[in-house]
Amino acid sequence: MFERRQILLSAAAVLAMPRIAYAKAETERRLIFLIQRGAADGLATLAPTGDPAYAALRGDLAADLLDRPKLGGLFALHPALTQIGTMYGKGEALFAHAVASPYRDRSHFDGQNVLETGGARPYDRQDGWMNRLIGLLPGPGVKGLAVSATIPTALRGAFQVGSYAPSNLPDAPQDLLQRVAMLYEGDPQLSGLWTEALQTRAMAGSMAMGNAKGAAAAGKLIASLMAGPDSARIVMAESNGWDTHAGQRGRLNGQLTGLDALLASLKENLGAAWAETLVVVATEFGRTAAVNGTGGTDHGTGSLAMLLGGTVTGGRILSDWPGLGQSQLYEGRDLKPTTSIDALLAGALAGHFRLDPAQVAPKLFPGGAGVPMSGLVRS
Amino acid sequence: MRDAAIALHRYGLGGKGDAAPPSDPKRWLLDQIAQYDSAPPVIAAQLHSRVVVDMLRDRRELQRDKKQAEMKPGGGDDQLDVTRLMELQKQVRDVYVQAVGARTDLALTTTTPFAERLVHFWANHFAISVDKIVTTGLAGSFEFEAIRPHVMGKFSAMLGAVERHPAMLLYLDQAQSIGPGSPLAQRAARRAKEIGLNENLAREILELHTLGVRSGYSQADVTELARAMTGWTVGGIARQRYLQGTGPGFWFAGIIHEPGDRKLLGKTYPQSGEAQAQAMLNDLAIHPATARHIATKLARHFAADDPPPALVARLEQAFLSSGGDLPALYRVLIDAPEVRTGQPKFRTPWEWAIAALRATGVSKLPGASAAGAFQQLGQPIWKPGSPAGYDDTAPSWAGPDALYRRVEVAQRLAQRTAPAIDARQLAARLFPGALSQTTSDALSRAESGEQALALLLSSPEMLRR
Repeated sequence: MFERRQILLSAAAVLAMPRIAYAKAETERRLIFLIQRGAADGLATLAPTGDPAYAALRGDLAADLLDRPKLGGLFALHPALTQIGTMYGKGEALFAHAVASPYRDRSHFDGQNVLETGGARPYDRQDGWMNRLIGLLPGPGVKGLAVSATIPTALRGAFQVGSYAPSNLPDAPQDLLQRVAMLYEGDPQLSGLWTEALQTRAMAGSMAMGNAKGAAAAGKLIASLMAGPDSARIVMAESNGWDTHAGQRGRLNGQLTGLDALLASLKENLGAAWAETLVVVATEFGRTAAVNGTGGTDHGTGSLAMLLGGTVTGGRILSDWPGLGQSQLYEGRDLKPTTSIDALLAGALAGHFRLDPAQVAPKLFPGGAGVPMSGLVRS
Repeated sequence: MRDAAIALHRYGLGGKGDAAPPSDPKRWLLDQIAQYDSAPPVIAAQLHSRVVVDMLRDRRELQRDKKQAEMKPGGGDDQLDVTRLMELQKQVRDVYVQAVGARTDLALTTTTPFAERLVHFWANHFAISVDKIVTTGLAGSFEFEAIRPHVMGKFSAMLGAVERHPAMLLYLDQAQSIGPGSPLAQRAARRAKEIGLNENLAREILELHTLGVRSGYSQADVTELARAMTGWTVGGIARQRYLQGTGPGFWFAGIIHEPGDRKLLGKTYPQSGEAQAQAMLNDLAIHPATARHIATKLARHFAADDPPPALVARLEQAFLSSGGDLPALYRVLIDAPEVRTGQPKFRTPWEWAIAALRATGVSKLPGASAAGAFQQLGQPIWKPGSPAGYDDTAPSWAGPDALYRRVEVAQRLAQRTAPAIDARQLAARLFPGALSQTTSDALSRAESGEQALALLLSSPEMLRR
């Protein structure tokens, strides 16, 4: 694996040119991990309106949800998720409720670290599960990419990955770019970053000057970075603003509208590649079962994860529902997690990339995969 | 001469093209503790948070009026109010832009750059974010009123000022947190209306501002601090009856305070009113976990991403023995061999852009340009994604695309300033005794003065400190 990195770097040194063709990826399968930073409220996204305790716990927050049609007898999908609802109807979306990583405290930053590293505890590991996944995939051409200016933890690790975010700065002249490459030649950190930056710019082509406005544009951008035969296969995108301590009803509606538009745009712009795509949407932990004093919810535990895409055996909700009665809540306040998100992801990734689940689980999620779930995707 | 380069870049904000490096670097740093000016003219000229709170109240009232007018049949006719509302929105945005300009200009011209770096450090430690709209107009005043006056004082004083500033109270929802057993909540309960606690600020005080995450406090401690803090709110902004007649700014509203003794970290706090949470903050401010937390962050900022344990231990000791007297910690940093010998730190976008502008002799940047540039570079001012503030380690900033953007900005900056600057001479002045052969060669081989300057601003020496 180390060789691949060296080949890229030495090729860059010899050519000192930005346009280096990628080796063709050996898998057609694509993965997008969309992290919802800030603890998205699973109890409002896929609301357990059939639970007898729900309406009373949620007060005003339940108003948009109580009259919604039920999925799977117990749950109602938030009205902002119309396109995701259509995907669910077509069997392209699967929801897993009352899930959690091994993390059981309530710090965003620690919770995100556990979700992204796959470790048992915060800062247990330096590298992320997406980076380790690259090492499990066959062939030298599997390309990882962060749709952000820097690399989030899940993608950090031994394998060099790219990052890209649209900028409206004018392009620098080619000659300067080459001289910068020479200037960084003896500096392993900077030369590695520079090579990646130039490759990604070349790949994004005309998108490089666009400024992604709104979620639909972001979806289109991500699709453009992973549509071609030699484009990125393992992509991470980040979504902020889910920490709804106050005024949740309106804010969450906006957040979910954006999520829905992003997914719809991804599907549309990926075209035929959608059939080979798995999108994972997950958050670090959930929010309190009860509404707080300011029309919001505080940091909780169990939450919701979504699997979407052409390979998903969807149209169903996986949930060992723990109930929302006072004695059923975790520490008397949060949705009790009954499913390991690590087991869910290990099973989905193994199926999607046709890998041995028994190998994937300990490698990617040493913290809490246990027995990977099966039958989540078509392999 | 290498010590001069360390003082300029690692302790300070980068060298200036038009100033000689300090001849006695240690003295230069120590003197800044006394020379520091908490309110130089450019800062003193900014609007006080009281004035901004007034603007926010007017905006809220106009928004409510507009909504009510639209609900009436054939409503929404009051064109005047809409214009006034748009004017107010722009005014609030302008307050932010002006403050960004003031902060940037001061960083470019200051004669005490080590002290200014500390201001930036503390503002990021107690981070607020204009991600939340209500914070936009208040972000500058937060740094100028709650951080700056206390940078050379006690940690406890800064903590008290921070947790009372309207920006923090509104950003982390404290202003609306109501004790469920308070007189107001009891009254509301009789009308079958539920109002209550919000634990957001209390949690972040323990996790981010004082003790640090995983330092041994529990969910019960978070809730108890949240209960004690009920009543800490912002006056003069909202219409609630219990806030009527209050001035714009911090206000303790006894009517929403949760009555009774509270227990935090095993200690009982029998105080009533505002004094209860203040007593908790006093204890938190000198707690050993706080000392360790602050020591670790300072060591990480000045020495290395992985803070050297021996330096952390000395800073911690200085914190504990001085009761959190911040200059005592700064003296430890100035003396620390770990800071002089450590591997260079990768500059954040803010640090890099300020260093590049100082190097090229820019002393003033319009607020709007500064705000736009830092947004493009990936670190908009006072807008971290979370109350943890911007991260202080290389992996968060050393990304391929982030690096590309710096080269783009370097190129633009060079275009604007090149004719007057010889990059080779400038390099020698900026990095006395510390310029690599590779960079030196690249500068002398450049095809133009402009290209040489762009390369200097993009060089490894410039990207790290």
